[in-house]
Amino acid sequence: MPNMDLNNYKIENFYDEFFKEPGKPRPGASIVLERFKTLPPGELHKRQKETEARLFQMGVTFTVYGNDEGTERIFPFDIIPRIIEFNEWTNIEYGLKQRIYALNMFLDDIYNDQKIIKDGVIPKEIIQSSNCFKQRCIGLKPPKNIWAHITGTDLIRDKDGKFYVLEDNLRCPSGASYVLENRNVLKRTFPRVFEESNVMSVADYPDKLLSALQYLSPDTMSAPTVVLLTPGQYNSAYYEHSFLAQKMGIEIVEASDLIVSDGFVFMKTTKGLQKVDVIYRRIDDDFLDPQVFRPDSLLGIPGIMNVYKKGHVAIANAPGTGVADDKVVYAYVPKIIKYYMNEDPVLPNVPTYVCWEEKDLQYVLNNIKDLVVKPANESGGYGIVIGPHSSSKELEECAKKISDNPRNFIAQPTIALSRAPIFVDDHFEGRHVDLRPYILYGEEIYVLPGGLTRVALKKGSLMVNSSQGGGSKDTWVLNQKNTNYGDKR
Amino acid sequence: MLSRVASSIYWMTRYLERTENVARFIDVNLHMMLDLNIEESQQWEPLIITTGDDKQFFKKYDKATQENVVNFLTFDRTNPNSILSTLKSARENARSIKEIISSEMWQQINKFYYKIQDAEKNGIAADSIYDFCNMVKTENHLFIGITDSTMHHDEGWQFARLGRHIERADKTSRILDVKYFILLEKPEDIGTPIDNIQWAALLTSASALEMYRKKFHQISPKKIAQFLVLDREFPRAIKFCIINAEQALHYITGSVLGTFQNEAERQIGKLRAQLDYADIDEIIDTGLHEYLVDSFQMQLNNVGNAINDTFFNI
Repeated sequence: MPNMDLNNYKIENFYDEFFKEPGKPRPGASIVLERFKTLPPGELHKRQKETEARLFQMGVTFTVYGNDEGTERIFPFDIIPRIIEFNEWTNIEYGLKQRIYALNMFLDDIYNDQKIIKDGVIPKEIIQSSNCFKQRCIGLKPPKNIWAHITGTDLIRDKDGKFYVLEDNLRCPSGASYVLENRNVLKRTFPRVFEESNVMSVADYPDKLLSALQYLSPDTMSAPTVVLLTPGQYNSAYYEHSFLAQKMGIEIVEASDLIVSDGFVFMKTTKGLQKVDVIYRRIDDDFLDPQVFRPDSLLGIPGIMNVYKKGHVAIANAPGTGVADDKVVYAYVPKIIKYYMNEDPVLPNVPTYVCWEEKDLQYVLNNIKDLVVKPANESGGYGIVIGPHSSSKELEECAKKISDNPRNFIAQPTIALSRAPIFVDDHFEGRHVDLRPYILYGEEIYVLPGGLTRVALKKGSLMVNSSQGGGSKDTWVLNQKNTNYGDKR
Repeated sequence: MLSRVASSIYWMTRYLERTENVARFIDVNLHMMLDLNIEESQQWEPLIITTGDDKQFFKKYDKATQENVVNFLTFDRTNPNSILSTLKSARENARSIKEIISSEMWQQINKFYYKIQDAEKNGIAADSIYDFCNMVKTENHLFIGITDSTMHHDEGWQFARLGRHIERADKTSRILDVKYFILLEKPEDIGTPIDNIQWAALLTSASALEMYRKKFHQISPKKIAQFLVLDREFPRAIKFCIINAEQALHYITGSVLGTFQNEAERQIGKLRAQLDYADIDEIIDTGLHEYLVDSFQMQLNNVGNAINDTFFNI
């Protein structure tokens, strides 16, 4: 790597995931850097290109909305891994388990006794006015009392080096397939580094996911039939749906493949109807059952909610979990953890102004140019206004939207997202990153070591979403030294 | 196997076979035009009647000129049975089962599709229609070969085989019927050298001339009909196709040949038995056209409907 002068690498006023100071890697990163230094000139560039070609060949793509058939693109990938030290990881893991445990209790409570409202911890109006609070789920008792079986929580690291929770995704979080594919590709790119670094394995995610799903089966007499329900080939995450179905060895079905009959759910096969026990659904609540959620919808499986309520089929995640994704509800999660578990949150929230509250609203309107404003019920980075990056006209429009409907907005200070080096032409440059770990809630709570590191590839950009020009990195959690299981397979 | 998946495989191969055979239709007509001095419209109008698309055609065009008919059958997006439309339908079906078929199969369909798109963009010169038709045939043959050598020969593959042979049987019957239309106008030509040239052209279009010559040596209309309808071993002959479709169906259901468990098996079994004991003189006495259109194609439709009801539309 002769033409790469690491002392020129600019850390600036951010936390850098890889370098402690220019040219000096953090302890976990030093093996990787040593290895890079032994590579002949141009080799890193060559391997980056090879990796991209490999991802394209494997068809690791996502679909960009905007035209009739959709455009397939590869999810851009940078070959320099993002490294998380073991001690840091154990803290994150513990914090996530705590958070998911509390959020599950919250969901169970909010759709049943609503003690948390009665005890005055969270205002009734907030819950009632949430788009994702489903009246039709009131009184629901999902199998094994688990609501959010698969969660992808977005974490960010601030200048101070501390991790914060940016948002919870308890509906249909996607991206786990990229974690697995990124790892596969990087193992082939740097086999020797893997041998030396003790990277914790991610390979058993499909097994863990299948076990978590099978655990929900109402039928304890025979091997459960689990299916993955997709909106179809034009969905932006279809690649992931078919990838996970294939890895778990289960059928991938569309709503029209399923039918409710005699109080059970069946799939239509060439050998007739076959009973389905567990549905890993990757479609929104609104499109599950036209009889219940959206009478105007032609999609979905009519009558499935009745079967679900009777306990004859399990659905993961349970309908109604979206209420916990509401960004106003998010602001209350520290209180939710305290209320149900009597513990302080291990992973703090990003400070959040809830425009629904008069005091916060005034503050937001007065300081809008320094804040990030987010709609309460959107995902994928849509509708976000970043104060410091916006024109005064855009800010005016945004302020008007907030005043018109304060319940729909929250605001947060602009966080100086940590950065990690990416490979640009022939040198490293820092780019902002976040982290989405995946949490499975089955017989026990499991956190996939690492998760998806998303990186804003555009210089200076804070938008890491794939729909907004983001890419990804492989995320390495380093196991403690001298333990003898790493990702060497 | 999911009904939707089975249906997509079946229609993928049916549409591809249709694509190939539209090219064969054009090809057979071009061959027959050589050495013939008849009016253009007399030559091309029968073709769209045989393919069953005449109503659709005259909605859009006044006259069945070569240019209009070739346009209509190749790149016309409003014609669901044009080469471009059928290939597009095949590709849509393939796309929805990408994880079931092999990636080589998907790549071949894609490549095929892009080639046709290119041809549309660049246009086909009048003297390169043969090459174009040939390319279409070759691309589908490539797909069939790739399917056989890369896809697991399980239930899904049997649905692919079923769809292909049903479609091919139908199209061979129509190619044979083209000849009937052309002769209709000039009964006095029967048995003349011109007539023989035409029959040879027809065999060529079904890729059957050499195989026919090996078996019967001389051109004789009756023997040609016998070859294309009743041969057990020639892969584009109607009987061969029906035998293969029936075997595929029984592989899928697991029931014994010669018995039936559902309407699809009953319908195809009946049709196969008829072909088993058919005699070419009898067929010609009925009238070849009448036999092909009123008897065979009707029964084949029943088979298609029964397959749909038994496996896909449950």
